This record gives sequence, C-alpha cells and structure tokens, in this order.
Amino acid sequence: MIAYLIRRLLYALPILIGVNVLTFALFFLVNTPDDMARLHLGVKRVTADAVAKWKTERGYDKPLFVNAGATGLGKVTETIFFDKSLAMFAFRFGASDDGRDIAHEIKTRMWPSLAIALPTFAIGLMVDISVALILIFFRRSYVEWSGVVLLVALMSVSGLFYIIGGQFLFAKVWQLAPISGYQPGFNAARFVWLPILIGVVGGVGAGARWYRTLFLEEAGKDYVRTARAKGLSEAAVLFRHILKNGMVPILTGAVAVFPLLFMGSLILESFFGIPGLGSYTIDAIGSQDFAIVRAIVFLGAALYIVGLILTDISYTLVDPRVRLS
Amino acid sequence: MRPVLFFLALFLSACSGPVNNPYPATERGQSIFYSAFTERPKHLDPARSYSANETPFTGQIYEPPLQYHYLKRPYQLVPLTALAVPKARYFDSAGHELPPAAPASAIAASVYEIHIRPGIRFQSHPAFARSGLGQPIYIPMPAAVLAKARAIPDFPEQGSRELTAADYVYQIKRLASPRLQSPIAGLMANYILGFDKLSETLALAGAKRRDWLDLRRFPLAGVEAVDRYTYRIKVKGKYPQFVYWLAMPFFAPLPWEADAFYNQPGMAERNLTLDGWPVGTGPYMLTVNEPNRQMRLERNPNFRGEPYPGEGDHGDAADGLLNDAGRSMPFVDAAVYSLETETIPYWNKFLQGYYDASGLGSDNFDQAVRTGAGGGVELTPEMTRKGIRLGTSVAASSFYMGFNMLDGIVGGLDEQHRKLRQAIAIAIDEEEYIAIFANGRGIPAQGPLPPGLFGYREGRLGINPVVYDWQGGKALRKPIEAARRLLAEAGYPDGRAAMTGRPLVLNFDTASRGPDDKARLDWLRKQFHKLNIELVIRSTDYNRFQDKMRDGTEQIFEWGWNADYPDPENFLFLLYGPNKKVGAGGENAANYQNPEFDRLFIQMKDMDNGPERQVAIDSMVGIVRDDAPWAFGFHPRNYGLRHRWLKNVKPNLMANNELKYLRIDAAARDAARAGWNRPDWLGPALVLALVALALLPAWFAYSRKQEASGR
Repeated sequence: MIAYLIRRLLYALPILIGVNVLTFALFFLVNTPDDMARLHLGVKRVTADAVAKWKTERGYDKPLFVNAGATGLGKVTETIFFDKSLAMFAFRFGASDDGRDIAHEIKTRMWPSLAIALPTFAIGLMVDISVALILIFFRRSYVEWSGVVLLVALMSVSGLFYIIGGQFLFAKVWQLAPISGYQPGFNAARFVWLPILIGVVGGVGAGARWYRTLFLEEAGKDYVRTARAKGLSEAAVLFRHILKNGMVPILTGAVAVFPLLFMGSLILESFFGIPGLGSYTIDAIGSQDFAIVRAIVFLGAALYIVGLILTDISYTLVDPRVRLS
Repeated sequence: MRPVLFFLALFLSACSGPVNNPYPATERGQSIFYSAFTERPKHLDPARSYSANETPFTGQIYEPPLQYHYLKRPYQLVPLTALAVPKARYFDSAGHELPPAAPASAIAASVYEIHIRPGIRFQSHPAFARSGLGQPIYIPMPAAVLAKARAIPDFPEQGSRELTAADYVYQIKRLASPRLQSPIAGLMANYILGFDKLSETLALAGAKRRDWLDLRRFPLAGVEAVDRYTYRIKVKGKYPQFVYWLAMPFFAPLPWEADAFYNQPGMAERNLTLDGWPVGTGPYMLTVNEPNRQMRLERNPNFRGEPYPGEGDHGDAADGLLNDAGRSMPFVDAAVYSLETETIPYWNKFLQGYYDASGLGSDNFDQAVRTGAGGGVELTPEMTRKGIRLGTSVAASSFYMGFNMLDGIVGGLDEQHRKLRQAIAIAIDEEEYIAIFANGRGIPAQGPLPPGLFGYREGRLGINPVVYDWQGGKALRKPIEAARRLLAEAGYPDGRAAMTGRPLVLNFDTASRGPDDKARLDWLRKQFHKLNIELVIRSTDYNRFQDKMRDGTEQIFEWGWNADYPDPENFLFLLYGPNKKVGAGGENAANYQNPEFDRLFIQMKDMDNGPERQVAIDSMVGIVRDDAPWAFGFHPRNYGLRHRWLKNVKPNLMANNELKYLRIDAAARDAARAGWNRPDWLGPALVLALVALALLPAWFAYSRKQEASGR
C-alpha cells in the first residue's frame, strides 16, 4: 500500500503543474499584468510610469511563459509563470498583490469556513441519510411519492434562493439570527447556525435522492430478499442490513470531499459576511488578485488529490476485499 | 464538552438581548458608531490612499494642515493642525516678491508657509517606544517580539511624541519616493520645486536595497522645515488650487519613526505595514484591522480636542446642527465598520437598528422614499414610524456621454461633426433617464461643472442653450425636431448619409453587459432611434474597455468624475487638450482639444475666484456646449438615511473627517433595537408542527401494518 501511495503522490505532481498552467493561462487570458496594475492603482491619475513600477515591484514585468530575450534555461525560468509557480509546490504562497501574507490569511480564514462547512457536511449527511431511509421505510406510500416530488423541487431551486429566503425568514421576519456577520470563538455559534441550516436544507434535495437510489439498489439484492424471507421486520432489514451495506459508497464519497471543506462556500460566506476562504476567493476574483486566486486554486487541487487518495484508503478499510496495489 | 459550550453560548446570547444582534453584548449602551464597508481598504498609507473606500479610515486618523468647514456652504477651507489657512506669496524668477495681484505670467514661484499648532501629539504607537536610555525599543526589531506580533496592539511598549513641522516635510518627501508609487507623484512633480529631482535621487538610492531609506537625509528643494512648528512649500509658478491638496491625507504628517519601524525586515510578511496600521494625530486610531470582517476605530487618548463649529449655514441652527457648538470633539468613543459585501444584509441591518446610517440604492428606494404631493421626496410611513431621517445633497460629480473626438464620424471640431453631436445631445432625454434609472436622484447637467462650485450658474444664465430653451421659468429640452434639423445639417437627413443614402450606424462602447444593464442600454438605443440612428452596443469587459479608451478606438462612451476639491479647474481640466487620454494618458477621456478653450484654461486655472474668473469660465463652458464633446448627463443627488439617535449629520462631499462631529444617543438606540427585534419563536414552531403533522398519517399507517403483521 505504501508503494501505491507514493505512486499516487508522484502522479499528483503533473496534475498540480497542469492545474497551475491552466489557472495561469485562464487568468492571463482575460487579465493582462497592466489590467491588474490599473485595478490596484485605482481609476484616477494612473500614469503609465506608475503601472510599470507596480509590475516591476511585483514581478509582473517579465514575459508570461517564454522569455525570448533570455538564454538557455532562462527562457523558461525568467518568466512570470516560473517565478510565481515554483514556490507553490513548497506551499509558500507569498503575498497577495496588495502585500498581505496569503498563508496567514488562509490559516486565519479556514476556521470560519470550517465552522460552517464541517457541521453542514456532518448534519447534512445525517439528514440526507435519514430522509432517504424514511422514504424507503414508507415505500409505496404517499410519503415516498410526495417526498420524492419535494426533493426534486428542493433540488431544482437555486442555492441563492435558499440563502435570501433563509435570511428573510429567520433573520428578518422571525429575527432569530443576525442577518450577517461573524465573531470569533464561541460567539460564532450565533452567526453560523443559520448558514448551516440553509446549507443543510439546500443540499437535502440532491443528497437524499442520491442516497435513496443507493439504498434502493441495496434493497433489491439477494441478501435483503433472504433477510425478508427469514421473517425479519422491515425496520430490522432497513437499519441492520441495507444501511450497513449502503454506507460503503456513502463513506468513501464523504471522505473524498472532506478535505475540500477547508475551502469554504463561495456564495454562502459572501452573503452571510463570514470571513472564510470562500469569500476570500470571491473577493480575490473581483479584485483580480492573481496571487490569491492561484494559491486557492492550487490548494483546492492539492486537497482534492488528498481526498481521492483518502477515498482509496477508505475503500480498503470498509471493504476488506479491496487491496491497493 | 465543546458542543455543550457552543450551545450554551447560543442560549446565553439569546437571553441577553435581541438574538439577532450582531455585536457583543458588552457594547450595549456605549457611544459607538456602527457602519459598514463593502470593499476592504487596500491602502491606509497617506502617500498611497486615494480611494473613496479608504477615506472613512484615513480621514479620521491623519490630520493634514487644513480641513473643510463642516457646516458652511460653499465649501470653505479652515485650519486643522495649522494656525491659519496659508496665503501664497509670489516671487519672480529673480527671487523678488511680487504683489498678490501680480499676473500669473510674472510669477515664477509661489510660497506657502504653514504654521502648525504646538502641543499636538501622535497616537500611541510602538514606533515611538523608547527605553530608559532614550533608545527606540523596536528599532531594530527584536526577533522574539516580532515572532509574537501580528497587529500593532500586540506590542507591549507604546509611546508618543509631539507633532513637528519636520513630520509634514517627511511625508511630502515620501510622496516623491518611487517605492511608494503615490498616485499624485506625477502631478506634484509638475508643481513642487525639486520634487522630480528627489524622485530620481531616491530611485537611485533605493534601487539596490529594500530596507528603510531615511528621507531626512535627502533634501527637497521646494519643501523645508523653517522651525519646529513652521514649514514652507515652494510651488512652481502660480497654482491657487494647491491649498486644496493641503486638506487631503496626502499632506498629513508622517513621523520618520513610523517609516523606520515598518520598513524593517519581516514586518511586511506579518502584515505590519503602514497600509494596514496608520499612525496619526487625529481623533481616532485604528485598533482592529481585520479587513475580512471588521475595522475598528477608537478614540485617540492623545487627541487634543477640537471645538465643534459655532457657525453654520442658514437653517443649521433650526436643524439642531449647532446644539453642540463649542463642545470638545470627538463625541463618539469608537466606530465599528463591518464588512458587508451584499446589499440585502446591509439594508436589513440598518432597518433593524444595527447600522446607524445607510445610503439608499435603487433596490430599496421605493421602500424608503416616495414622491410627495408637491413633487418633492419624502420618507415612506414605515421609515417615518421608525424615526429615520433623510438627507439629500447634489454630489460634486458629473456623469456624461462622451464622443471620441479622434473618431472619424463623431469626432472633429468642424460644423458638420459638431451638429451631429449636438443633435444627439438633444435626443438623449436625461430627465427621463434620471426618472427611470436613478429614481429621480439627480439633476440634468447643463455643463461640466456641478452645483456648489465656483463658476456654476443657476437659472436662465446657467442653461445649455444648445440643448435647452428657457420657458416658463425653467429649462426645457428642445423638441426632437430641432435635433433632426441639426442632424440633417450635419449631412444625415432622417438618419441617413446624404451622399450615400446609407443609414447612420454609431457604436457605443461600454463595460456594462450584465442583465441589469440591458434595460438601460435598450433605453439608450431608443434615444438614438428617435433620430433614426442605429446604435450598436459594443459591450466588453472592463479591462478591454479601458484598453479601447487608452488607444482611442472607442466611438461613444459613458464616463464620470468625482471632484478632488471644490474648484472649477478640477472639472474643466477634463477637457484640456494636453490632458488627452490618447497619447498623454490624461483624464480628458473624449480627447477634446480646442485651442481657445485651452488658452482660457491656462488663464482661468491661475485666477482667484472673482468676476474675471467667472467670465473666463462662462466662455469656456460656452465653447464646450457648442462643440459638444460631451452630451452632458447629470449630477447625482445623494440620498442618505440615518436613525434618529445619530446627531450632527450634514452631508459634506469634500470633508472626509466627519466622524468627530457625530454624536450618538446610545440609550435611544438600545431601546429602539430592543423594540424592533423581538424574536418570533411561534413561526418556526408552527413549521415544525406542520412537518410532524404531515408525517403522522404515515406513521399510523406503518404502525397498523406492523400490528397486522404481528397478528
């Protein structure tokens, strides 16, 4: 298994380089270093000299990918891409275009992101599974039919609707939560419960339907028929047999997204004023701060790879038949 | 254990006041001003800060020598740290002093001598901390201290010292530093003697090093400290607008200790920079800088106190704006600014009493304001019930539609092209635009100058005769037939080229392309269609649009300008030929160049306000109206809402240090918040009951089934 993991980690390198190249190319396809400089320097009285100095100070005065003026390896190394990318592989993210330490920002902001993402994930998982089990429990009754219709309806509604609707109902009409904001420590509880609730409700449509499908697939298998033939009650069949076997794909799927919880939620954080990594990313895109965008995309890709490796490992833990080789 | 504490905190907070209160319970009853910021401030360094979202902070912390009178209109400069508003003394090229009325052509240099008040002290800051032996404690920075520090309050030792003239001189030198890229460096190089030379010297001195450059060692010919409390600035030629710059944070004092402190190795890596942690003498100091969440200003204990103005405009006394006359400012102990990137939470928190004041956007306009019986605007009953107050003021801004004067079809100063532009200017119904898209918040522009500035004319004398007629005591837009006539004279009868018969197609270049912009762009197309002109909307992203403007490849565009200072020069320079965007990179976006206008501009900019200057301005405005490089748009009217507990509010479009004038009735605020934010537990209980009720029949059905299978 160790050899397998080492091989997977080595595979990650070209993936990360590819992600980095793609981010770089996409970003500079729409923004030139001049555009970035002008956005940072403001709209009034920006001279060409000031733009040139801004680029020089931040290392954006070199060619993007190939330096035709350089010799030898310099053709590749004396470029913006090389300058800005190499340190990323050591997880040194440097400073944002306005001079703030990105690593520190990430360390600070991941906690508010986790304060929402982790409970949303855990509670969401439990709620989704519970709803799916209830639908199967009441199979072929009005609960299942109306439940499925409701889930499809919930799934079809835009995430933004849940946010604005949730803020309207809970924070404006019922006045049970601050409409936005955040305070560190235990005070965060007052601010995060509503986004968590909205995250859970917003995700239940797709989540519960997916789990229902998994459980239905299990319910059609031979061992379930055998259990029923042996005279076990429906509850015993459902909770003792179907749930246990259905958990394999659920757990492995959950492990894959687990590392990505650090990255937060882009829109939810922005609307609720949560100072997490999601709102950090949105702000960076808005202000064309390439240093932050690049760091966040790189981190996201790295965490995704970690998630996939963890999934592989989790398979071996929950299903002894699987061997990594 | 942790989840228990989490829910305990939730429960306790619910018991201690409105559960939707976003602020800590400990702040209840305190004189704190609550507001929001929508974009995090990038630069709080006075040499670099120039954005409107930075001035709410820099304006309260830094003190330039001058400020604007808070209440009087038109805007008036008054001393802040200076003893008086300096008067320029003029000198010829031989160094002989000239009388104040000397012609601008004879003046080689203007000298401003500024005397500052003794006894002013900087806020407490580690840069000033000294040991018993008088040595700076944190310069050089001990590694162990730096390792623990992430914010200025993390430094255990703090100090202060008296403000001196040398601090002002030091800051002006910083403006010349190439490292800082001050946005006004290019402009000041044109005016302050020796400024460009210092820039070159500093570029050479700082090229190979990243550490602190002690600017005290580098002389600046035009700026010197005469004594401890006096400094002198020598300006090339005559530049009467220079005093306005002395009211901006660019010219605030900066102690060398702070510059040395922040320029030490490892400081920037820990976000310890002047852009994040300003050092000033003003009434407030920044104590929390978490731009992802909150910025907090607190009363500067070293602030000397400043009396609230004793005089104001007519009506200010009746509005209660002179109730605090003579009392020592500031009144508010702290100001908390929360990051609020979305408008819905911002607006609702204002209505819940958690923000003391709010602007008024289009989304909420109808909820807050309605047109009264007399045609004026008034608050809706909902707002009136809450005791919310409305304040309006016409901004010192101009929005316009510009024609690229380098363009072959709409550009050019000849009769034909001029008439084409004039026809379009008549056809675009700005009154309708303001009514539809700005909820009536604006006044149609008659020229480049907004109201409130010297040179702006009201009434019949102030109308643009190319576009308006004076009828029944008011300006009426000329009928569309007049525009069609002009269009025909321009060689496009009924919107077709007389020579070829081809329809006239014009291009509108814009960065607006979202769904919200569609209605506006459709409306614009309709305006051109009145003349049978087909308008092609060339939407692009902001960066490409800026490229087009710089390259001069746009044809028609929208643009605007907010005043830096209340002088007509700051608007008329937008049409000054040498200031063209194409080639010169200036702010003349239309690339307009009329030799007569340029000649008058040179004269006007150096004149003192008076009849002679008014004549020059009238001539210039007349030329521009006739040439029509802009279809004048409108001057926006700002609407501001505030709660009844916030006192001493008067919109001041020039001043950026308003916080010290504000007063809060915290008890009234607490009572209102408690009354407005009673939680409604019944609603969620009903929802839960409904869900349970919906599941009940299924449960009974299941139970019956179980019982049946058991039998």
